[in-house]
Amino acid sequence: MSDSSHIPSSEITPEETFLNRRFFMKSAIWAGSTLATAGLYRTFSPRPEVKNTGSVITTVAEPSQETTLAAGEKVNSFTEIAGYNNYYEFSTDKSEVAVKAKDFVTSPWSVQVGGLVQKPRTFDLEELLKFESVERIYRFRCVEGWSMVIPWVGFPLSKLLNLVEPTSAATHVAFETCYDIKQMPDSRFAGIDLPYIEGLRLDEAMHPLTLLATGLYGRTLPNQNGAPIRLVVPWKYGFKSIKSVVKITLMDREPGTTWSLANPGEYGFYSNVNPNVDHPRWSQARERRIGEIGLRPTLMFNGYAEQVAHLYAGMDLSEDF
Amino acid sequence: MTFSTDSRFHRQLFLFNGLLPALLILLDGWRGKLGANPVEFITRSTGMLTLVFLMLTLMVTPLRKACGWNWLLKQRRLLGLYAFFYGVAHLLTYLAYDRDWQLQTVIGDVSKRPFIAIGMFSFALMVPLAVTSTNAMIKKLGGQRWAQLHRLTYYIAIGGVLHYWIIVKSDVTYPLLFGIVLALLLGYRVVTSIKKARGAAPRAS
Repeated sequence: MSDSSHIPSSEITPEETFLNRRFFMKSAIWAGSTLATAGLYRTFSPRPEVKNTGSVITTVAEPSQETTLAAGEKVNSFTEIAGYNNYYEFSTDKSEVAVKAKDFVTSPWSVQVGGLVQKPRTFDLEELLKFESVERIYRFRCVEGWSMVIPWVGFPLSKLLNLVEPTSAATHVAFETCYDIKQMPDSRFAGIDLPYIEGLRLDEAMHPLTLLATGLYGRTLPNQNGAPIRLVVPWKYGFKSIKSVVKITLMDREPGTTWSLANPGEYGFYSNVNPNVDHPRWSQARERRIGEIGLRPTLMFNGYAEQVAHLYAGMDLSEDF
Repeated sequence: MTFSTDSRFHRQLFLFNGLLPALLILLDGWRGKLGANPVEFITRSTGMLTLVFLMLTLMVTPLRKACGWNWLLKQRRLLGLYAFFYGVAHLLTYLAYDRDWQLQTVIGDVSKRPFIAIGMFSFALMVPLAVTSTNAMIKKLGGQRWAQLHRLTYYIAIGGVLHYWIIVKSDVTYPLLFGIVLALLLGYRVVTSIKKARGAAPRAS
């Protein structure tokens, strides 16, 4: 056993130095752990605001616009619309999509339209942007239970379909999203088969409310919202409104669609907004409007029953959900 | 006093870091920086934090054994109480914003949605553990019975991970990560209990 009295005084750490060292170590642990905890929290917390950098699209006024408006409802801000997105090719974290999709290349772009049509044709983006554009303010209801009001810019899908002249055999339309794993590396976490496929019945596709959107808030679409061109079907759950469309195919049968193939018990082909038919894992009776804290009741066909209910006359909507 | 015996320092460190995420959520909420859907963010992050603290609680024993960090044991109760704290915050968020305080609708929700039922059940199991977390209760129950009761933590953690797994739409990355960590932590216990049972006779000297 060593006796402290035999240690030369030069080898004893002066008390002051010892305490300083301890103080320094403790401070370092405090700072390090605080930074680590806060940093970890920050990686999960929502991203900062997004700016609208798209180029302006000229629109023409529509006399009938009131009927399609989300009348009297507050339109969501650009930051809300462009900062909270479901786009699984880029990320399954809704506030992360804007960041991950930032460098997505949307030009050159073309949409191949074919299948059961008289005049199959590939449209370049420039041609698509030449369609007479209108602004449509629609409610947008996600199957997850949140909703927004979005000022889309685009043109009715029927205009494009009329140009290719569907044959009399055509009953359905299938849509496909661009899938480029090099630009979408995180798509491997998506948990769904890609490319993303969606579909409509031909009469749904020809309905005047069904839009091919090229912009929002008067400017071209942000990447995270499905640039350069996407579908908008306002009376259906959001996932039907397929983004970044590269292919449109007319068919004589119901196409297999991504979510209903992934989980047929939970996502039907129709997926009309319906407060009376619950998702097996959550209620669809109410929704949280982004920007509001409380819940509001969900409207039948997302409030567009007057315009679209006739399309489903005689159908059992709990069967064909 | 060395680092490993300075339990006052450990306590302050754990107390602060455990509370920090809640403080940051409050701060971000006050600054309006919780994103487009604050309710969803608060629900998701308090749920995640509950799972994180459950995992940390279950890490104490393996870390003690593997690294000799016996000082960790004194902080385990705090970690467990933080799991309960974030669990309460998670439940309150659900009751306030998903149920609008219409408590009678909770029963229907539990019966209709398995993931809610599992979450609710796991939370209910946490309550007796939080209640018996005081020194007086440990004494009252006796160490062994107390330890037995607190093994409920295993089932709470399993329920928590399951609850998370069922609610995600398709991307199971995070639930899977929690699942792997939990499997390792529970696997460690299975292995040590087998070893103990086998080695009990010769080692009992």
